[in-house]
Amino acid sequence: MSARPNVTLATRRDNLHKRARILQQIRAFFSQRAYLEVETPHRIPCNAPEAYILPQESGSAFLHTSPELCMKRLLAAGYAHIFQLCRCWRKAERGRRHLPEFTMLEWYCSPGDYLDLMRTCEELLCALVPAETLVWQGATYRVKPPFERVTLAQAFTHHAPISLQDAMEDDIFEEVYTEYVEPQLGRERPTFVYDYPAEMAALARRRPDAPHLAERVELYLGGLELANGFSELNDPVEQRLRFRAALDCIQPEFPAQMLPEPFLSELQHLPPSAGIALGVDRLVMLLTDAATIDAVVAFTPEEL
Amino acid sequence: MYSSSDLKKGLKVMVDGEPHVVTAFDFSKPGKGQALYKCKLRNMITGTLLDRTYRSGESFEPAPLEERDMQYLYKDEVGYVFMDTKTYEQITLLEQTLGDDRYFLTDNMDVKVLVFDELGIGVTLPNFVNLKVTHSEPWVKGDTAAGNNKPATVETGYTLQVPSFVEEGTLIQIDTRTGEYVTRVKE
Repeated sequence: MSARPNVTLATRRDNLHKRARILQQIRAFFSQRAYLEVETPHRIPCNAPEAYILPQESGSAFLHTSPELCMKRLLAAGYAHIFQLCRCWRKAERGRRHLPEFTMLEWYCSPGDYLDLMRTCEELLCALVPAETLVWQGATYRVKPPFERVTLAQAFTHHAPISLQDAMEDDIFEEVYTEYVEPQLGRERPTFVYDYPAEMAALARRRPDAPHLAERVELYLGGLELANGFSELNDPVEQRLRFRAALDCIQPEFPAQMLPEPFLSELQHLPPSAGIALGVDRLVMLLTDAATIDAVVAFTPEEL
Repeated sequence: MYSSSDLKKGLKVMVDGEPHVVTAFDFSKPGKGQALYKCKLRNMITGTLLDRTYRSGESFEPAPLEERDMQYLYKDEVGYVFMDTKTYEQITLLEQTLGDDRYFLTDNMDVKVLVFDELGIGVTLPNFVNLKVTHSEPWVKGDTAAGNNKPATVETGYTLQVPSFVEEGTLIQIDTRTGEYVTRVKE
C-alpha cells in the first residue's frame, strides 16, 4: 500500500469532470434527435475481418473492435436511428493518440448516406463547442458549419509530394499520409476527407457514379483523426468477397477468424443507411486542450 | 527478437549491424491503414541520430550488450582504462564515449561498463562522487549580484556551481547523474 495519494489521478480530475459532461452532452444530443441508445455485446465470436485491426482474444471469443456488426443487424431489423457509447479493444495500438482499450461513439441512420453523417458531425461538434472557437495546443480552430470538405485525392494534391495513386502503387500510402497529409488536415476548422479508393473501405458502399471510390468519410481537427464513417454496403455477396480479401491480406500473426455469418445473412435486409465511429477520448482531448490521450482517461494500461 | 509493437523509448536494438537505443517513439495508424512506428534512434557507439519509420510485423535483433563490473585504473594517451574485476581483462573507453562522465572517475572507482562486441560503449557510475575543489574565487562579502552560488573547478577539471561558502581545498559531493553539487564532505 502506497502512503501517498495518486498524484496522476489528482491532476486528471478536471479533465475527467469535463469528460463526464461531454458524455452527458452526447447522449442528450442524440436523444433530442430521437436516436435510440443501444448496448450490444462487447465479447463476440467474430469481428469484421480488417487487414490492419487486430482483435483482442477473450477466451474462445474476441472483444469487439467496434460495435458495427451488431448495430447493423439492428438497422437491418428496422431500428432506423441508433447510437452507442462503448468501450472497444484493438490489440497493440498504443501511442499519444491511441489506447488499446478506448471509448467509441457510433451512430447509424436510415435512410441516410455519408453526406448525412457529415451534417450530423457538424451539428454534434457545434453543440459541444457553443463558443464556435476551440483552442487546442496553442492553435485556434473555428467550429462553425460548414466544415471544410476535401476528397482524399485532393488532400494528397494539396499537401503531399506525390499523388494518392502513386503513393498507393508504391505501397507507401501510410508513410506519405502520416508525414505530409494528416498533420495538415483540420488546420483552421474541422475538415472532412471523403471518397476513398474502394479497397480502403471494407464495409462501405461504392459510389454509384464512380465505382472505384467508396463513400467513406473521415473527420479531422488539428491533424487529429476524430471519426470514420461510410454509406453502408448492403450487398451480402460483395461484403463476403471483401471480408475474404481482408482475410487474405491479414498477416500471419493475426488469429484465424471465421466470418460473421449472422451479420452476412441479415445484410440483405439492410436499408440504405450510413454509420460512423467517433473516438470519444480524442474528442475529449480536443475539448480539454490535452496533448495526449493519457490525460483524458482515469487509467492507462501501464498504470493498472 | 523484438517486433515493431515492442518498440518504445529506451529499447536497445540492432540497426544496420550496430546497437541503437530508441530515444523518441511515436505510434500512428492512419484511418484503417497500417500501423507505423516512428523512431528516433541513437547509435550507441557513434552517438549518431537516426530517424526510422517501421511498419508492423518487422523484427529486430536485441542489441547484445553486456554490463560488466569493472574498476577504473588510469588515463593514458588513448583513453580511460578499466579492468574487469573478475577476469582482470582491460578495456579502454574513449573520451567522446564517456562525455562528462569522465570528470567523475576517481582511481579504483567501481563502475559498470556497457560492452558491445568487446567494445566499451558506456559506463554507469556510482550516483555520488567526492571530489576536491582545486579552484574557486573567494566569496566577496556583500556581493549579492551573483546570488548565493559561484563557479568552482574540481580536481578532474570539471566546473560546476557551488554555494558561496565552499572554498578551495574543500571536498564536495557531486551527483553524477545531474553533474550538480550536493553537499560538503568532512574529510
